[in-house]
Amino acid sequence: MNIRRRKFDALIIGAGGGGLRAALQLARADAQVAVVSKVFPTRSHTVAAQGGVNAALANVTPDNWHWHMYDTVKGSDWLGDQDAIEYMCRAAPRAVYELEHFGVPFSRLADGHIYQRAFGGQSRNFGGEQATRTCAAADRTGHAILHSLYQQNIRARTHFFDEYFAIDLVCDGEGAVLGAVAMEIETGEPILIEAKTTLLATGGAGQLFRTTTNALINTGDGMAMALRAGIPLQDMEFFQFHPTGIAGKGMLITEGVRGEGGYLINADGERFMERYAPNAKDLASRDVVSRAIAIEVREGRGCGPARDHVLLKLDHLGPDVILKRLPGIRDLAMTFLHIDPIEQPIPVYPTAHYTMGGIPTNRFGQVVVPEMQSPEEAVEGLYAAGECACVSVHGANRLGGNSLLDILVFGRAAANHIIAYLKDHRYHRPLNEESVDRALARLARWDEPGDGERVEDIRAELKKVMETHCGVFREQTVLAEGVEKVKALAERMQDVRLRDTSKTFNTARVEAMELENLIDIALATVQSALARTESRGAHSRIDYPERDDQNWMKHSLYFRDGTLDYKPVRIKPLTVESFPPKVRVY
Amino acid sequence: MKFSIYRYNPETGEKPYMQEYVLRDIDPGMMLLEALMRLKQDDETLSFRRSCREGVCGSDAMNVNGRNMLACITPLASLREPVVIRPLPGRPVIRDLVVDMSDFYRQYRAVKPYLIVNDPEPEVERLQTPEERERLDGLYECILCACCSTACPSFWWNPDRFLGPAALLQAWRFLADSRDQATDERLQALEGPYRMFRCHTIMNCVDVCPKGLNPTRAIGRIKHLMLKRSF
Repeated sequence: MNIRRRKFDALIIGAGGGGLRAALQLARADAQVAVVSKVFPTRSHTVAAQGGVNAALANVTPDNWHWHMYDTVKGSDWLGDQDAIEYMCRAAPRAVYELEHFGVPFSRLADGHIYQRAFGGQSRNFGGEQATRTCAAADRTGHAILHSLYQQNIRARTHFFDEYFAIDLVCDGEGAVLGAVAMEIETGEPILIEAKTTLLATGGAGQLFRTTTNALINTGDGMAMALRAGIPLQDMEFFQFHPTGIAGKGMLITEGVRGEGGYLINADGERFMERYAPNAKDLASRDVVSRAIAIEVREGRGCGPARDHVLLKLDHLGPDVILKRLPGIRDLAMTFLHIDPIEQPIPVYPTAHYTMGGIPTNRFGQVVVPEMQSPEEAVEGLYAAGECACVSVHGANRLGGNSLLDILVFGRAAANHIIAYLKDHRYHRPLNEESVDRALARLARWDEPGDGERVEDIRAELKKVMETHCGVFREQTVLAEGVEKVKALAERMQDVRLRDTSKTFNTARVEAMELENLIDIALATVQSALARTESRGAHSRIDYPERDDQNWMKHSLYFRDGTLDYKPVRIKPLTVESFPPKVRVY
Repeated sequence: MKFSIYRYNPETGEKPYMQEYVLRDIDPGMMLLEALMRLKQDDETLSFRRSCREGVCGSDAMNVNGRNMLACITPLASLREPVVIRPLPGRPVIRDLVVDMSDFYRQYRAVKPYLIVNDPEPEVERLQTPEERERLDGLYECILCACCSTACPSFWWNPDRFLGPAALLQAWRFLADSRDQATDERLQALEGPYRMFRCHTIMNCVDVCPKGLNPTRAIGRIKHLMLKRSF
C-alpha cells in the first residue's frame, strides 16, 4: 500500500525516561534516531515519578553498589536476574552523575552534594541498618529527570514524532524487526518508519486496574505489540500495588514520605507496621507494606466511616521538611482531599502501580525469546527498556527508587548495543510488506462504522475484573473466574465499533486500540497468575502462601496463544558471589 | 451540571459552535477532567488531550469560564454554571479542545532550555549549595501546559516573535542555575524589541499558572541581570 515512509537507523517507541535516555545516547553517537510518542515527550508518565532514583553515592550514609545489589535481589524475592541486577547497581552512580551533568536540579545537601533520602528495602551491609540511597529533586524527581532528558535531546537534535500512535512492528521474512507502522494522531494517517533497530520503551500497563497511580496513557502498547509479533511476555503475574495511593482515588503519595519519617497508622492509632516488619517497619518493601494495609482493613482496623483505608501520618515532620522535601504531595493532598498534611494525616490504600513483568530482554536491552535449545535467543533488531521490559531486575517486587534507575541504565545500555549493532549493519534490509499490511489492517478495522459494543463498557468492565480477580491477594477459583471473564471481554471486543470514525485527532480511535492492547495484557497477567501456585513478592496466593523455590524459582513466559513456558532465573552475577535464596523478612 | 463546550471538526465542513451538555450524578470533589471523560463516554466525538489526571503532565490545559486552567485539578464545585469550555486562546484549533502547540514549543526550544557547561565534565556530580539550588525553585517545576503563554496578549499578537512567559521562565531557569556557563550568550539572545521586551507586565501568566509559578518575576530578574551586566 502507498503510505508515507521514513527511514532511520534507530526507532524508539515511547518518550519517557527510558526512550529519551536511549535517544540521547544514540543522537550523541551520530546515529539517525526517531522517537515516536503518542504524547508530547514531557507528558510521558516518567514525569509523575516522585521519590527519587537509587544509587549508592554514599552522600549521606556509608553505601556501596554491592549492598544495593543485595537489597534489590532480596526485594525481588529472588526472582530477579542477578547478572542484570549487578550491572544496574554498579552503573547507578554514573547514571545519576550523568543526570546531574544533563542539568537535573537535584536537591542538595549542605556540602553541595546530591541529596539522598531513605527508601523502602534499603540496607547497609547486606541487611543491616537502613541505608539512604535515593537521590531526589524534592518529590518531583521524575519531572526533573524527564524534562532534563528532553532538553538534552533538543540540544542533540533528536528527531521527534510527537503525537504519533504506534500500531505494530514490521519485520522481514526471517523475523528480524525493521521498524513500525504508526498513526499520526492529528491527521489519522498511517506512516511506516523503517529502522535497522527498534527500541520499545512504552512503559507499563497500570490502566489494567480501576484504581491506579498510572496515567491514562499507560496502556502497555509496546508489550501488546511484542505479543502480536510472537514474542512472549515475562513474569506478568507480578504487578506492584503501591502501599500509599490516595484512598479511593489512586494518586501516588511517594514512599519518600515514609523515607522522610512519616508512618502508617490504623483506626486504633497503632503504628501497625511494627507488627509486620519489626526492623524496617514502614520502610519494608512495597509488597509487604501493601499486604499489611490490606490485612488491617480486612480485619476491621481500617479508618474512616467505611473503615476502608489507613492513615499516613507526617504532620510530626514539621512544615520545614514538608515544604522543602515534599511540596508536590502536599499540593496533591490539598487539591484532591482538601487536607494539608502539615496538619492532618493522608488517607491511603494500596493502588496498582508498576508492571514488574514485560518484554523479556537481556542486560543489553536485546529482546530475547526461547528458541530451540536456548531459552534466550536475541530477536534481531528489537530492543526493549524500562517498565515495558523485563530484564529482570525487579523480579517479583520492585524496590522504590529502582524504576527510574532501570530506565536510565537500560535505556543507555540498549542504545550502546544499538550503536555497536549499527556498525556491523550498515544497510536497511528489505521489508516483508505483509507485515505492513497487517498493521494497516489493525488500523482500518476501526474505520468500520456501526452500532456494536462500546469501548467504554468493555474498558470499565476489564478494570473491575482485574481489580476483583487479580488484586493484592489471589486465589485459584477467583483467578480462574478472572481468566474466563477476561476471555469473554476479548470475545466482545470483536463486536466493538466506533461511533466516531473521523480522522482528525480522533482520540476515540486511539482509545480503542489502547483497549485492544490492555485486553491482551490482562490475559497475560491473569493466566500467568493462575498458573503460579506459590506466593512470591507481589504475587500472594492465599491458597499457596509460601514461596516454593523448588518448583517456582523460574520466570513465566506467556505467549499470545495462551500457552505458558518457563525459563530459569539467572542466579549467577557478573563478578561477585551469587546471593542464594533465603527467608525474606524485613 | 450544565456545560457549554466548543466543538470543531475540520472534516465536517461545519463552522465551530458551542454544544450544550448536561451531566448528572456529580460526586463531591469531582474534577473537571472526570466530567469531560464522562461526557465523552456518551459522545465519543468530543476530543481533548489528557494523561496524568493529577496536574503534572500538562496535557489538559483549556479555557474554562474565560480562564486558562488544567481540567484535572479544577474541582467542578469551583465553577459557575453553565461551565463554558473553549480551547486555549490564540492558538489554531485542530479539533474541539485540541490546539496546535507548535509555536509554543518552538519558542521553548528557542531559549536553549538546557544546561550549557563548557568546563570538562567531572566524574562525579558538580557541587551546588542548597542556597544556589533554591534559586531554581519556582522555575524548574514548569509543566509546559501553555496556560500562561496562551493567556498573554503579547503572545497572541506575536507568537512567532515574542518568546512568551513559559519560554522566558525557562530562560531564567538556566540563567539562575549556578552550574550554567552561557550567561552572555543567553542574555544576548533575549535582546531586541520582541523576544523578551514585548512583555508588558500584564501578569495574566502569573494569574493563571496552575503550578503557582511567576513568569513575570522571572522576566524582571532577566532584565535586572541585563542591566547589571551592561555596566
